[in-house]
Amino acid sequence: MSIKDGRRSSERRERRLGVSYAAPMGVWFTVFFIAPLVIIILYSFLKRGLYGGVEWEFSLTAYGQMFNPNFGKVLLRTIWISVVATAFCILLAIPTGYAMARSKHQTLLLFLIIIPFWTNSLIRIYAWISILSTEGFFNEILKSLGIIDEGLHLIYNHGSVILVLIYMYLPFAILPLFTTIDKFDFSLLDAARDLGATKFGAIRLVMLPNIRSGLLTAIVFTFIPIFGAYTVPLLVGGKDSTMIGNIIVDQVSKTRNWPLASAFSMILTLVSTVGVIWMMMSSRKEQAQKKNVTNQQKTEQNILDHHTTGGEA
Amino acid sequence: MNGRNPENGRKQVMFHDHRTFSFSNIVMVLVVVFLFLPLFVVVLYSFNSSKGMTWDHASLVWYEKLIFDSPSLWMAFKNSLIIALTSSATATVLGTLAAIGIKWYRFPGKSYITTVSYLPMVLPEVIIGISMLIFFSAVKIQLGMFAIFVAHTTFNLPFVFLLVSARLDEFDYSTIEAARDLGANERQTLLRVIIPSIMPGVLSGFLMSITMSLEDFVITFFVSGPGSGTLPLYVYSMIRYGVSPVINALSFVMILGTMLIAWVFRRFLKTIAANS
Repeated sequence: MSIKDGRRSSERRERRLGVSYAAPMGVWFTVFFIAPLVIIILYSFLKRGLYGGVEWEFSLTAYGQMFNPNFGKVLLRTIWISVVATAFCILLAIPTGYAMARSKHQTLLLFLIIIPFWTNSLIRIYAWISILSTEGFFNEILKSLGIIDEGLHLIYNHGSVILVLIYMYLPFAILPLFTTIDKFDFSLLDAARDLGATKFGAIRLVMLPNIRSGLLTAIVFTFIPIFGAYTVPLLVGGKDSTMIGNIIVDQVSKTRNWPLASAFSMILTLVSTVGVIWMMMSSRKEQAQKKNVTNQQKTEQNILDHHTTGGEA
Repeated sequence: MNGRNPENGRKQVMFHDHRTFSFSNIVMVLVVVFLFLPLFVVVLYSFNSSKGMTWDHASLVWYEKLIFDSPSLWMAFKNSLIIALTSSATATVLGTLAAIGIKWYRFPGKSYITTVSYLPMVLPEVIIGISMLIFFSAVKIQLGMFAIFVAHTTFNLPFVFLLVSARLDEFDYSTIEAARDLGANERQTLLRVIIPSIMPGVLSGFLMSITMSLEDFVITFFVSGPGSGTLPLYVYSMIRYGVSPVINALSFVMILGTMLIAWVFRRFLKTIAANS
């Protein structure tokens, strides 16, 4: 009886303490993050006000307007630009993360990746403008080498948008891939090679399945911010390289169609949420699988131990 | 086939002896060069005496202008500092307390808070900016310094929460039980036992917040009002409406600042890589 009472009171105490520690942050997020998101969801189903704002009347006009062919074009463009830029980021990040994980100078390399990553994003975009523009660094070098007479048009097109997006978001792909590859047991690659796999075969068949969660994190964390990019297409894109982010901002600040801006924001939020849920589910599945294969791993470990001790003898 | 096979041994040595000119090393070096090329160009031209991209001769004229002849830039920097310090301090206090509560206690609403604290890091910045703009005008809070402070605290909180949580994972709960057994109350345990031992995590959360806050452009862009422009907003207006090479000089100063912060963080770089 007394033990039960004690447990109950300690549970109550635990609850009280937990709430008092976590409530300030919980309230802050509810008021300044969740409430604004709820307002956006709500506004996307309302009628637009004459001078910005909304009228409190249910309407699906905003969602209807999204199917306007002009917006459809921007949506498709946003998708293909994001897919191409993400693919490049991942393809560059896998070998980079691998080389970093195998290097003896991990801290130095992380330092080198993080410095450009933390440098102000506008400064980095500005730097690319001064490299790519008609009178820019690249064209000046080509001119002084006598290869061209007049500056090439390297900026304000889809290509420059994709290039700068890759530049901005490459670290988002490298860092999670480095983290997972760093935890990978490289002796498994030796084992695969012993069994006759080629070097790339070993990496593709043994390493890639083992770093799936890191790969997925890299894809999601690169794709989402690229899909929602605003500054890069604005500053290095041409007239026809606008992306969804630019439409949303224009609808808020220029056209003042808040419901439409909210509806587009809903798409971005939905894409992000699906990405994150996908990532979380797959990492949960991986954990469950790991539990199942522990026995199998034990056997493998035994074989591997036997292998190494045998080799030394 | 067993371990005694001599060929086996040779292969293993080959693999451990990761070659310098392997495919992955070449890609890595190219990636690092790619990442540093723009920074290098900007720094180089900050020492150019003429305005364009043709090299004239070395000079410090743009640094002189930056320091002595850019009052509105320094005004913007002051705003940036005020916002960074206040929002990071608030986020550090709220985030640290929440991390402690979530780590050790069970209470209703726990999973809600954990999930919600994750979201601001994954949602595109445009969404956070727009939703805050619409929220502030819906509840009639004027855009400006206070609105920027609220927005920055919101996106700083997840970083503090994550870094402190990572530090708490290494903390031994029996220390707290020992403190309680010795008669410490909750407040004493928090201030004298928990906080001192998680201080590295708290500090790195605070510094990370300062960095994020000084860096942010997109979210600030939406919630700033007249006279509340921060440094990134000033840089933006410089890019959009007439570039002066002063921006090159400013870039070098900011890159040096970033390097300094990354240097302070050198021991946490792996944790940061794992959490970003």
